[in-house]
Amino acid sequence: MSDDIYREIILDHYRNPRNKGKIDNADVVIHDSNPLCGDQIDIYLKVVEGQIKDIKFDGKGCAISQASASMLTEMVMDKPLTNAKDISKDEVLENIGLTNLGPARIKCALLSLKVLKMGMVKYYSDKEPNTAEKMEKDSHLF
Amino acid sequence: MQLSELETNKIRNDFPILTRKINGKPFVYLDNASTTQKPSSVINKIVNYYSYYNSNIHRAVYDIAEEATNAYELTRQKVCKFINANSPQEIIFTRNATEAINLVSYSWGRKNIKKGDVIILSEQEHHSNIVPWQILAKEKNAEIKYLKIGETGNLNLNELEAYLDDNKNIKLISLCHMSNALGNIIPIDKIIDMAHTYSIPVLVDGAQSVPHLTTDVTALDCDFLAFSAHKMLGPTGVGILYGKKNLLQEMDPFICGGDMIKEVHKENTFFNDLPYKFEAGTPNIADVIGFSSALDYLNEIGMDNIRNHEIELTKYALEKMSELKQIKVYGDTNLVNRGGIISFNLGDIHPHDLATILNEHSIAIRSGHHCAQVLMEKLDVSATSRVSFYIYNTKDEINIFISALGEAIKLFQL
Repeated sequence: MSDDIYREIILDHYRNPRNKGKIDNADVVIHDSNPLCGDQIDIYLKVVEGQIKDIKFDGKGCAISQASASMLTEMVMDKPLTNAKDISKDEVLENIGLTNLGPARIKCALLSLKVLKMGMVKYYSDKEPNTAEKMEKDSHLF
Repeated sequence: MQLSELETNKIRNDFPILTRKINGKPFVYLDNASTTQKPSSVINKIVNYYSYYNSNIHRAVYDIAEEATNAYELTRQKVCKFINANSPQEIIFTRNATEAINLVSYSWGRKNIKKGDVIILSEQEHHSNIVPWQILAKEKNAEIKYLKIGETGNLNLNELEAYLDDNKNIKLISLCHMSNALGNIIPIDKIIDMAHTYSIPVLVDGAQSVPHLTTDVTALDCDFLAFSAHKMLGPTGVGILYGKKNLLQEMDPFICGGDMIKEVHKENTFFNDLPYKFEAGTPNIADVIGFSSALDYLNEIGMDNIRNHEIELTKYALEKMSELKQIKVYGDTNLVNRGGIISFNLGDIHPHDLATILNEHSIAIRSGHHCAQVLMEKLDVSATSRVSFYIYNTKDEINIFISALGEAIKLFQL
C-alpha cells in the first residue's frame, strides 16, 4: 500500500508544493494543527467579490498533509469562497488519489480542508455573522 | 550473562500476538516504550479471575471474595519485593504512571508547594511529568525550572548542582529515570544524593526504567516512584505509586469514596490506613491480579539479563543504522547511558510517512512527538521516529527493520 500512498503525484506536491508561502495583507489567515501528528497548516486567503483571488498555504508535516494542502489550493483557486462549505472529505481524498487511508492518516489528508473551511467561516463571521454561523453548520467541520 | 537466541525463541512462544502476520509478513513489534505485549500467563490469569473467582475485594466474607482479595494483595507484595520497598503499605495502585504523578502533585504538592517555590524538571520529561506541575505552579505561583539537554544529548549534573547551590526555594525534583523519547538514562542515584544533601525530595518517573532496569528504591532512597504495569508485560489500567511511608502518611487523599475510609459520619470522615487511603472505589482487580504473572515472568528471566539483551540489540541496531548516511539519531552518545529506545529521523521523510511505509512491511514503530513536545522544541524537530525493544525482539527483526529503511530511502529518493 505504501507504493499506492506515496505515488509520484504526492511526492511531487510534497517536494514542489504549489501556492506555498504567505500573502501580505491577506483577508483571512487561519491556522490549525493535528495534535496526533503535529502537522501544521496556515492558509492565507485574498478574497475579491466572494472569489478566492489568491490562496497560499504554509505549514510543516508529513507528505500526505502537505501534498494535500498543495492540491487543495489548486482546486479552489479562482472559485467562490462559499464553495468551500460543499467540498466533502471524499472529494478531497479522490482529488489526491488516496481513498484507502486508515483513520490515523486520514486526518493528515483532511487537515487543509478543515483549515480552509475554518477560514471561510472566519471571513464571513466578520461580515455576516448569521450566514457564517449557518456555514459552520453546513460545512461539516470535523 | 546474555539471552541466547534459543531463549528468545522460547520467550516468543509465550506471546500469542507474535504469531500474527500483517500484510502477509511476520509481525515485528518495535513500539515497546509505548506498551509491551502480554504473555499467555498474564492473559490466562485475567481470564481465570473472571471465570472462577470474580468478586469485589476487601469487603465480602464469602470464599471467592477472599480469594480475589488475597490475589490482589499478593500482587502488592510482589511489587514491593520487585522494587525492594520496605513495606506493601508503600505500594499504591493507580490507573497508570500518569495518575501516580498526578496523585503526588495533588496530594503532596498542594500541601507542600507555596508561592515562590521552585520545582525542578528536565527538558526530556513526558507531558505527564510536566503538565501536573505546571497546573500546580500556576495555582500556587510557584516556578518550574528545566534541566537542559546538553551536548552529550543528556542532562548535565553541574547544572543541577548550580541550581541547588543557588536556590533555597527548590522544594521538589521530578525526573524520568529513562527518557521515553530518547532512551537516555540519567544518573538518578547521584541526583537523589545531591537533592537529599539539601533535604529536597525526589520523584522518579520510572515508566521507562522499571520495566528494563533493576530497581531498588531502598538503595536509591527515592521519595516517590511512578510506573505502569502495561509497559512491563502487564495489563493496561494498572499504575503503581511507591512513596516513602512518612510522606504518604502526611498526604491527604487524592480521589475519595469507598474503601479509602475507616468511618464516615455526616460531618466528618476518618481515612483508611495506607495504602488504602489512596485507593478509592473498586480498583482494577482483574488487571492487578494479572500483573502478578507479569512480575513472575520478569523475575524468572532476571532483570539483569533483560538489560543485557537490550544493550546487545541497541548496540546492533545503532551500528546498522549508522551505515545509512541519511539517518540522524538522537539521545546520549554513550551507549552505557541508553536504554533500548532509539529516536531518529531519516533524511527529510516525515516520521508519520516513515511509520506508514514500515507498516507495509509489518513493522510497528512509533512516530510523533512522543508526548514530549518540550524536548521536540529543544531538538528543533516536530517529530521523530522511534524504535524500542523488549525481551522478545531479535537481531533478525532489526535486520528486517533496516532493510525496510532502505526501501523508504529508495521511495523518497533520498
